[in-house]
Amino acid sequence: MSSKRYSMTKNAGMLALFAFGCTLLVVIVNYFTAPRIEVQVAKQLLRSTNEVLSPELAGNDYQQRCYQETNQQFLGSDKAQTIRLISVDGQVQAFVYQTTAPDGYSGAIRLLVGVNEDGSVSGVRVVQHNETPGLGDKVETRKSDWIYQFDQQKLLEEKDPRWAVKKDGGQFDAFTGATITPRAVVKAVKNVLIYHSNNQQILHQSAVDC
Amino acid sequence: MSEYKKLAWQGLWKNNPGLVQLLGLCPLLAVTSTLTNAIGLGVATMLVLIASNTTVSLIRKWVAKEIRIPVFVMVIASFVTCIQLLMNAYTYGLYQNLGIFIPLIVTNCIIIGRAEAFAARNEVKPAAFDGLMMGLGFGLVLALVGAIRELLGNGSLFYGVELLLGDWSSFLYVQLVNFDEHFLVAILPPGAFLVMGFIIALKNIIDSKVNTKQPDEASNMESTPQS
Repeated sequence: MSSKRYSMTKNAGMLALFAFGCTLLVVIVNYFTAPRIEVQVAKQLLRSTNEVLSPELAGNDYQQRCYQETNQQFLGSDKAQTIRLISVDGQVQAFVYQTTAPDGYSGAIRLLVGVNEDGSVSGVRVVQHNETPGLGDKVETRKSDWIYQFDQQKLLEEKDPRWAVKKDGGQFDAFTGATITPRAVVKAVKNVLIYHSNNQQILHQSAVDC
Repeated sequence: MSEYKKLAWQGLWKNNPGLVQLLGLCPLLAVTSTLTNAIGLGVATMLVLIASNTTVSLIRKWVAKEIRIPVFVMVIASFVTCIQLLMNAYTYGLYQNLGIFIPLIVTNCIIIGRAEAFAARNEVKPAAFDGLMMGLGFGLVLALVGAIRELLGNGSLFYGVELLLGDWSSFLYVQLVNFDEHFLVAILPPGAFLVMGFIIALKNIIDSKVNTKQPDEASNMESTPQS
């Protein structure tokens, strides 16, 4: 009986020891990689932000302020999205919206939309998507030039008929065999512009340092 | 045949984890849409295999039979977490491409299988070597499936290689064929099953050819017990 108890205690101790050892290993690796991971994430964010800004602005030193907004109707997600106000010398020059097209062919498409001070689009990039490879994934810049169509486009009024894919009577091309993806992206960008024109005041007032 | 030669033969061909044991099919089929992704996951799996085999072999005498499985799982899980952190820090783009399949290395049966079937019963050196060879065997199958699928579906090789090796390596990327319409099924999941099936069939043909030619040599290579 006591030998059984002894072996149980020993095994439990052994397990605890290994749990401790393994955790220690992970803690050490985490300690040494954490700063580098942070740098990578920041770099990635900066890279994609620079891509949706106009070229003159992207090369410059700019300051950012952030505003968290949850707006399912216009920003496509029930989670908070970050809107960043890009300013040079205290003057706001552009806005970078995080947004989501909830109605992609295979789930949500996460986008970054740059909007100039005058309300025109300075650039759109897909951050994350699950669209079909070879069809819907042409929204990526490395697959096709499609997404550059948005550059410099303006929304003249809320019911602007040009803001749709050509099949629906608008001005944007769709892909052969995949209309749902372009349709979703066009709609998401359009919604950002609607939100943008309605909420400028709030953005200017309530954005905080980030 | 020396012990090491035998281990290499087992891992790379006779008992290849991808082609014969058919272990770890989930990552094998899921990430092989490009050669770069395939190599990335292959290398990650191999590193975990070597590390876990070595550790399991080192501790095999102290760990009682009753608790060996939880201990192995802890060891494997912590190595995978370390690899994941390192990839996140140093190959960020690839880390994003491989996504969930890096943490899923933990559940890859090859790793616990080799720990249990080989490393727990052998000295450190052969155990580490077995990990290397099994990992290499798995990685080569991954790379082969990845290369075939990328070639058929995209007409290219080494797409996105700079994510894995850095900017200097982008010269490796070649667009061999330009299709007007891509052979889409090769990149979609069914293509993975098809390509995999053809590779296994090819291996079986080669094996049976060799068997009929040299029946003696083939029968001499007895297999090790598998879990």
